[in-house]
Amino acid sequence: MPVITFREALRQAMDEEMERDEDVLLLGEEVGQYNGAYKVSQGLLDKYGELRVIDTPITEEGFTGLGIGAALAGLRPIVEWMTLNFSLMAIDQIYSNASKTRYMSGGQFTCPIVFRGPNGPAEFLGAQHSQALQSIYAHVPGLKVVSPSTPYDGKGLLKSAIRDENPVIFMESELAYGWKGEVPTEEYLVPIGVAEIKREGGDVTLIGFSKPVKMMLEAAEELEKEGINVEVIDLRSIRPLDEETIYASVRKTNRCVVVDEAWPFASVGTHVGWLVSKNCFDDLDAPVEVVNSEDVPMPYNHSLELAAQPSVDKIAAAVKRVLYL
Amino acid sequence: MGKVQTKSEIGKEFDKDLVNRFLREMILIRRFEEKAGQMYGLRKIGGFCHLYIGQEAVAVGSILALDLKKDYVITGYRDHAHALACGMDPNAVMAELYGKSTGVSKGKGGSMHMYDAERHMLGGNGIVGSQIPIAAGVAMKIRYRKEDGVVLCYFGDGAIHQGAFHETMNLAKIYNLPIIFVCENNHYGMGTDYKRVSAVYDFSVMGAAYDIPGKQVDGMDVMTVYKEMSGAIEDVRRNSHPLFFEMKTYRYRGHSMSDPAQYRTKEELEQYREQDPILILKKQLVDGKLLTEEQYKKIDDEMKQLSNKAAAFADESEEPSPDALYEDVLAE
Repeated sequence: MPVITFREALRQAMDEEMERDEDVLLLGEEVGQYNGAYKVSQGLLDKYGELRVIDTPITEEGFTGLGIGAALAGLRPIVEWMTLNFSLMAIDQIYSNASKTRYMSGGQFTCPIVFRGPNGPAEFLGAQHSQALQSIYAHVPGLKVVSPSTPYDGKGLLKSAIRDENPVIFMESELAYGWKGEVPTEEYLVPIGVAEIKREGGDVTLIGFSKPVKMMLEAAEELEKEGINVEVIDLRSIRPLDEETIYASVRKTNRCVVVDEAWPFASVGTHVGWLVSKNCFDDLDAPVEVVNSEDVPMPYNHSLELAAQPSVDKIAAAVKRVLYL
Repeated sequence: MGKVQTKSEIGKEFDKDLVNRFLREMILIRRFEEKAGQMYGLRKIGGFCHLYIGQEAVAVGSILALDLKKDYVITGYRDHAHALACGMDPNAVMAELYGKSTGVSKGKGGSMHMYDAERHMLGGNGIVGSQIPIAAGVAMKIRYRKEDGVVLCYFGDGAIHQGAFHETMNLAKIYNLPIIFVCENNHYGMGTDYKRVSAVYDFSVMGAAYDIPGKQVDGMDVMTVYKEMSGAIEDVRRNSHPLFFEMKTYRYRGHSMSDPAQYRTKEELEQYREQDPILILKKQLVDGKLLTEEQYKKIDDEMKQLSNKAAAFADESEEPSPDALYEDVLAE
């Protein structure tokens, strides 16, 4: 099986879907002539032309809304946000239009659109460019929210997102664009709303998504050496959330740690922690732990920025806490 | 405003049936909204209810110039008139105001969210200026599919300073989108006179920074609106480019039902009442011998009856079932 990077996997997904369906367009800042700020869209302008790969001015509200209008009128746009940080300029369009038009119109309109771009901290980018904004999007009914952790899932989920009849927020990760993984040449889809058990174990359930999944697996390897068997669940989709897989695992292990690189207050991590506490109350042998980023804006200094985020050590320590070790 | 034309002048430019439709649609909107206001007072309708009374010539004169098989309409929250002018059923529009299951949005949209996919009416948007980028996306679809439709994008003088407007003007120009921006300047963004919050008083210059031609139009004269918009629509249909219009108009009622409109004088209101778009058209038609007082009264009675019937329909309609709460959040 070919081994390719995350960015190549995402590009393949867009390429295949654009090939398959003429209604699929890509628009955003630098997606065309520049070949993408992170080179995810490399080569697509040459292949599909400027009617389908559309460079926009730096006006996130404008081009995000334009994409939504095109979707309501019958196209299937992919809007690339250079980073999710910039999507805050466009958030009215997502909150007020993409997520609500179907409901407000009594089901008359569908809004098949994907908003994608890197989310969460990278390195040395400072407070405004390092935000993990999943809580903001996961909060809204009417959206699907996806955040894969491997090239394989990235491709399969992006293809599903493009084919979905609903607005999908597709969150990537800057540091993960160069990660490599096996991606088959034959076509496949990964369904939205299905978590994956990345590693089976009987002692503790470790739940997360996106870039931290790699840390979770590393922590599990480390803990294995101490005789602790950790079950690692990659949510892959945040909305809809695969609650069944989560609860089945916690009912087996009786202990749970949730990892989320966003801030703790009202985060996806704390919400999942609450769901587990409520729905697996009788099965739990310890309170649920949540490993979030620290509750501070991201500092520029590298040691400080690493200290602000979840880490293998922090995750391993949380696992030990729920085992009372 | 509203210069008198002779019968032969009107007849040369306007089909008699069309002029008759102008009158009927404007009176329908007026009587419908008066009824809605009355029912609001009786608490049959709740929440925000922004009436369009005084502005009828704009929606009617522009939407009647469209072909809604291929053209599109999108507007802000003062949307009852646009819905009716698009041909939406008054019963279903009133039922939506009542929040009933028979409403255009099954009672889940309300006053600010009148939609009709079949008639290409895309709402009804409650956030000032939020619909403007959406309109550009619809125009993008038209251009991408090489259709010859046009999008009419309405917004008020309050929306014109939003970033969404300026961003979209630029996008429309660089992508040559078939869109007509229609700013309905009714003098007040909620309670604030537009002159207190605008660097320019003549909005038609707003397009200049984006190389989009702009024009000020007397929005109280339906025939002028129709004439200007017909020409513009033809132009945009043929050449796929954006245009901008400022419609000078006036609303007689407050911003919404809860607004007593104490920010303006009685004299100002009276002065505009003399420029009532329905009275202007009526006078033009009566003077031109195209309409008699009796005919006018007959139409007016008919529209009052339609409005009463719409209220009765809404009143008798079912509430949405509790199951409707979770319906249409996501598409299957």
